[in-house]
Amino acid sequence: MSLTLYDKLWDEHLIKTDDSNESLIYIDRHYLHEVTSPQAFEGLRHKNLKPWRLDANVATPDHNVPTTRGKTFYAESISDEIAKIQVVELDKNCNDFGIRQFDITSKKQGIVHVMGPELGYTLPGMTIVCGDSHTSTHGAFGCLAMGIGTSEVEHVLATQCLKISKLKNMQVQFNGELQRGVTSKDIVLHLIKLIGTAGGTGHAIEFSGSYISSASMESRMTICNMAIEAGAKVGLIGVDSITLDYVKKHSNLSNAMHSKANEYWLTLRSDDGANFDKKIIIDVSQIKPQVTWGTSPEMTIDFDADIPSAKDISEENQENMSLAKAYMGLEKSKTLQELSFDRIFIGSCTNSRIEDLRDAASVIKGQKVSKDITEAIVVPGSGMVKAQAEEEGLDTIFMEAGFLWRDPGCSMCLGMNPDQLKPYERCASTSNRNFEGRQGNLGRTHLMSPLMAALTAVNGKITDPS
Amino acid sequence: MSNSIITGIVAIFDRDNIDTDQIIPTEYLKSIKKYGFGDFLFDGWRYLDEGKLNMTADDRLKNDDFILNQEPFNKSNILLTRDNFGCGSSREHAVWALRDFGFKAVIASSFGDIFYNNCFKNSVLPIKLSKEEVSHLFERASSSPDSFEIDLLKKEIKVDNDFCYSFEVKDSLLDRIVHNLDDVDITLKDKLLIQEYENERQKQRAWLFDYSN
Ligand code: SF4
Repeated sequence: MSLTLYDKLWDEHLIKTDDSNESLIYIDRHYLHEVTSPQAFEGLRHKNLKPWRLDANVATPDHNVPTTRGKTFYAESISDEIAKIQVVELDKNCNDFGIRQFDITSKKQGIVHVMGPELGYTLPGMTIVCGDSHTSTHGAFGCLAMGIGTSEVEHVLATQCLKISKLKNMQVQFNGELQRGVTSKDIVLHLIKLIGTAGGTGHAIEFSGSYISSASMESRMTICNMAIEAGAKVGLIGVDSITLDYVKKHSNLSNAMHSKANEYWLTLRSDDGANFDKKIIIDVSQIKPQVTWGTSPEMTIDFDADIPSAKDISEENQENMSLAKAYMGLEKSKTLQELSFDRIFIGSCTNSRIEDLRDAASVIKGQKVSKDITEAIVVPGSGMVKAQAEEEGLDTIFMEAGFLWRDPGCSMCLGMNPDQLKPYERCASTSNRNFEGRQGNLGRTHLMSPLMAALTAVNGKITDPS
Repeated sequence: MSNSIITGIVAIFDRDNIDTDQIIPTEYLKSIKKYGFGDFLFDGWRYLDEGKLNMTADDRLKNDDFILNQEPFNKSNILLTRDNFGCGSSREHAVWALRDFGFKAVIASSFGDIFYNNCFKNSVLPIKLSKEEVSHLFERASSSPDSFEIDLLKKEIKVDNDFCYSFEVKDSLLDRIVHNLDDVDITLKDKLLIQEYENERQKQRAWLFDYSN
């Protein structure tokens, strides 16, 4: 029988299925961070349990760490008392239970979904979970990776398993070559615009097609990262030589282990003729740079298109649209290019990898951040990305242009640390969620690629990147 | 059997895609506790000022136009809304906030996958109905918000004692709410099975167990 990649990963990890079709699947890798784990550890203590398999766990603080840490910094130096408690609590929990942590003083610390793959903890064929919905990122390696809630974090710690039901299969083919100025971020925003934020609900989305086959691991991660914004808990991509080259470069496995694994890893692809419940085929050569106008990632348009008005949409969506327009302050605007921006954020687990920083740096070289912009920040996804960027001199390019060059963390992606928008500030952001208040109370977020965000920094407005 | 019937006041949210950032903003995720989130539910809509984790509802400037600040909805325990409720982040805090406020059930035409799962771990019942059924319940709830009755064992909703709709939900999930079961305890009954699987995996896929660093 022909199987999809998701089916194969599911079968491989299945321990049992009960009468009501709920299954127990084995988890190979569990990432932890400071925000969704404290209550899970509390649960373990309460039940007098130990983690089932210590070496399956890897932890790091990322969500609320300050990004202005400088050279000497300790958890105790965090000025926000409440954030400090969580970071210190993670230290304590990892020490007490013996879990490997890249703590806030580590040069390898970073956003968990950036750090994991680059340190080689994400390997093809794994089941991977984390108390964070963007765990779908790791699907780029042919993994079955998904976000879980805190009760499930406790469950995985205690049992090395997850109780879930099988998802349906959906295939999204991206074919063709990108136009100049278009990136993987635009492709995935375009998809979300097409199918909506619930378009993938209940499905695992496999991305394939000629564009995906030639895309770098970084681009693939950006796409799988945003599968959750299309409603799909799981996004994934078959293993090929690009995957294997990346893994070889980043993992710590011996050569002998690699050769042993390679043969299996290369089977991690959907079989020809495998059955998908839904299929979408997209010609990427037709896609323009995308920017969100509203308060949901599906509220996306071509950067130069008119902002939708009441006549463009169905009656049942009118209410959603007018609420979003009011929140975003767009009642009088016809296009996104008319808008003036206040802040620029280049970062987040979607777009803070080395490729993203290179992209952004390439358009600002020798230019200055517009004087209309109050603040433009670049937050590398991890200590490793930061070091690599500095080695390539990207930090200098950013700083000479007037950007602030920060330490790794989630930062303004969700505004749990001091990096937040003020009310009504408009931000060009490379993150993944433009929900109300996501980047700060009453802040206005427009999602876009690093390239477009960098251009917006320089011009103060959305401009044509081609 | 107090967990098998839910009656009470229905609050309606006529909006699609209410995401977990709206249900509870990030600020409150800094708590390391599992309880005490009720005052922060729908924070951005419920208050006019900016809140902090150590504040309570009494310290805040309330938005009187917001449904949960109005009698009798300040005591609602059933939430009725439209499409894709609970999309976005995996934060279980969203369910904790609903639970701590007093919500026992959420009725919608669809839910975010992770949110849906999280509900059952915290005794909040998510009920999925068709869009038409939801629209009909909107009408009923507007005229008689205090007459809903949800029977978990029969899986049906009554309004004013009339049968309205039956709903589908997996028995194993429902059992957790009705009998207050804990997943970890249930799974650990299969300890040997898990161990067996793990031993076999270690033989077949040795690289997953080889951490040379
Ligand atoms: S960068 Fe943003 S989306 Fe990614 S893990 Fe951090 S908070 Fe979540």
